[in-house]
Amino acid sequence: MPIEIPKDKWPGKIQSVTIGAAAAEGGTRTKSITIGGQTCMPYLHYEAPMPNRPVIAIEIKSRKPDDWSSLLAEVWGDAMNDPAQWAKKAEEAGADLLVLALTLADSPEDAVKAVKAVLGASGLPLVVWGPGQAEKDNELLVPVAEAAKGEKLVLGICEDKNYRTIVATAMANGHLVQARTPMDVNLSKQLNILISDMGMPHDRIIMDPTTGALGYGIEYGYSVMERLRLAALQGDTMTQQPMMVTPGFEAWKTKESKVGEGVPESWGDWKARAINWETLTAIALVESGADIVVLRHPESVKRVSEAIGELISV
Amino acid sequence: MALSGIQIYKLLPQTNCKECGFPTCLAFSMKLAAKQVELSACPYVSEASKKQLAESSAPPVRLITLKANGAEIKAGNEVCMFRHEKTFYNKPGLFIRVKASDPDLAAKVTKADAYKVNYVGMDFTVDGFAVEADGDLTAAVKAIRAVSKRPLILISTDAAALDSALGLLAGEQTLIYAADSSNYEALADTAKKHKAALVVKGDSLDALADLTPKVQAKGVEDMVLDLGGKNLGEWLTRSTQARRLALKSNFKPLGYPTIFFAAQNGVEKEAVYAAQAISKYAGFVILDTFAPEMIYPLLVLRENIYTDPQKPIQVTPGIYEINSPKPESPVLITTNFSITYFSVANEVEGSGLPAWLVVTDAEGMSVLTAWAAGKFDAERIAKAVKGFDVASKVSKKRIVLPGHVAVLSGELEEELSDWEIRVGPREAVDLPAFMKQALN
Ligand code: B12
Ligand code: SF4
Repeated sequence: MPIEIPKDKWPGKIQSVTIGAAAAEGGTRTKSITIGGQTCMPYLHYEAPMPNRPVIAIEIKSRKPDDWSSLLAEVWGDAMNDPAQWAKKAEEAGADLLVLALTLADSPEDAVKAVKAVLGASGLPLVVWGPGQAEKDNELLVPVAEAAKGEKLVLGICEDKNYRTIVATAMANGHLVQARTPMDVNLSKQLNILISDMGMPHDRIIMDPTTGALGYGIEYGYSVMERLRLAALQGDTMTQQPMMVTPGFEAWKTKESKVGEGVPESWGDWKARAINWETLTAIALVESGADIVVLRHPESVKRVSEAIGELISV
Repeated sequence: MALSGIQIYKLLPQTNCKECGFPTCLAFSMKLAAKQVELSACPYVSEASKKQLAESSAPPVRLITLKANGAEIKAGNEVCMFRHEKTFYNKPGLFIRVKASDPDLAAKVTKADAYKVNYVGMDFTVDGFAVEADGDLTAAVKAIRAVSKRPLILISTDAAALDSALGLLAGEQTLIYAADSSNYEALADTAKKHKAALVVKGDSLDALADLTPKVQAKGVEDMVLDLGGKNLGEWLTRSTQARRLALKSNFKPLGYPTIFFAAQNGVEKEAVYAAQAISKYAGFVILDTFAPEMIYPLLVLRENIYTDPQKPIQVTPGIYEINSPKPESPVLITTNFSITYFSVANEVEGSGLPAWLVVTDAEGMSVLTAWAAGKFDAERIAKAVKGFDVASKVSKKRIVLPGHVAVLSGELEEELSDWEIRVGPREAVDLPAFMKQALN
């Protein structure tokens, strides 16, 4: 007897968003990437097709970071000293797009130079993050946005206190924005409203609900993402942006990933544990609806990419 | 699925005799639907109605308990698709697969059995062993029972071998893997005889739904489903469909917990497969690899997915002594969120340096969350320092704030004017070095 499978039929649809512009669209990327467009919860192909697969970004920095785990320094090697080299290596490692994080030490000229170098070295679509201090973000992201006009970059990270300048420059120069809020459905919604109110079209906003790492808050992030996705499918237009999350950043902050010595024996081999920490954080987020996961270690990229392949190919 | 008051009313005698203590049968049925009274208060319900009511109140996913002399693990009894709707209740058991033919069997089991890892004050272990009968199953079970008291899953379709092995496990609740349409009769008899639970396996949900009532008719109630599925995507679909059918359609033939073999497509995918299974409804997860660097993150993931996000795990506010502090030892300030407390306490403890750790009541929030929510401010910290009478324990009135809340130091100087306020590092990992260098 064939069973009747209960299906959810949702009125809402996730916004499709395209990142990166090829020559025909006024940029220099070798390809663009489209995310979003879903009309059901993640990977339930029997309810509705999944129009776009989730993608993986690799995070690189304009300068060699001094606070990253030595395991990351080991795998990226000298490329970390040169954003162009690093970008190439990240593309080889299987990234679908790149995140270039600028630092407090960068001047506006440095920032533009780094962005140009990365755009020159790799044809992948690019996300550019400011260093994370409102004033400095504005100081660096505005010239970057102008210098890369038409590339359809994603500019981040917009938070409630600094979104205005970033959104304005993104609008003026044909870019997108990453809107981050701290793990709360209403805050995500509110920031999307504020950004839309400035006139930014919905197909240029990606939301970042913040997730926490495995063992350090992911239980909140996981559910906030599921709730955002459910609200979006129920038809709440201000939660329909695709989601971009940063498991690499979150996981490599934890002691489990950072520290190899003087930790309990029951934590096991350091390198394998650190990669598992990042991979499993990312997998949980992929299951809960992430459209872009930003990772740091090539091995995690490989494993998460394989998993996504299996999830979309049913 | 629970019945509504009206549906229950239709099953009652509808005579309004009032013996239950309610004016009408309808009033009584409303109370029953709200689970505020027992059905037994009505002396006149028919046997048929009783049966129907009992069935409707049975949990949509049957509770299965595996038990040995030392430990037990439960699966099933779940009530929602998404954890925020209520919470997930029974953490999927993590079982390590071992082979009966393995000459190192006892040593492997001993090692995995002893595994223990602490996460925010809780000790986690593996839950049991799945024994593959590629050799003498009875001898293997005997060998395992000499070194471990954790529940077992027996992987064999040889009823005679199972019968003999289960004979050694009297009084336990074991799981047999697995019955399919070709062998279920013999395996169901064995399961019934030994009161074991039985995995039922099928190529599709249709095939499974066909088989479970047949196994039930043979007298086995405790079943676990192997949903099959060739990869992550297919398994997610089936797992979601089975859970939905059970919860939303009250479809009994699939109202059982599931079992998932994480290494089915290779050990290099094992951690990822297990992670999906933990997040998406598995009841038992079988691992081929015993590797702490994989087990630890999986146990943490399981804990995260199965905690109720409405209730952060907390520690009691107070003054905690670490490494037998003396009056001149430093005073560190933190919040009462478990993860925060243990990050700090473990770091300081591990360094061997003595300290007083003042845990303020921040309503179970992390340092920055509590700060942003106004639950960890100068006033609260001052209140804790005064309330726990820290001054009476120390000779040097100096407190160390978490680096993330350096901004509080000015205000705190006003609140605690006779104390020296120091700002520590941002991360607890850097505390020991800070204590050695900066606090003399
Ligand atoms: C999980 C989380 C939540 C959870 C709460 C979890 C909980 N029980 O606390 C939820 C979802 C409920 C939440 C809510 C909010 N959150 Co919140 N949240 C986080 C998140 C992701 C992780 C926090 C965490 O668990 N960290 C792990 C613990 C162990 O860290 P910790 O307590 O800081 O301890 C470390 C150090 O401080 C240090 N340390 C601790 N004690 C001591 C003591 C001494 C002496 C020293 C030296 C060091 C030290 O050691 C520890 C390990 O290194 C962070 C972002 C992030 N990734 O960090 C945001 C974050 C803390 N949240 C933030 C905000 C704004 C909020 C909200 C106000 C937003 C909202 N939704 O309304 C609310 C406030 C709560 C409320 N109103 O109810 C902001 C704070 C911004 C700021 N800088 O002010 C953050 C930083 C996110 C962000 N980037 O915007 N949050
Ligand atoms: S005792 Fe039974 S029959 Fe009598 S009123 Fe109550 S519910 Fe109705």
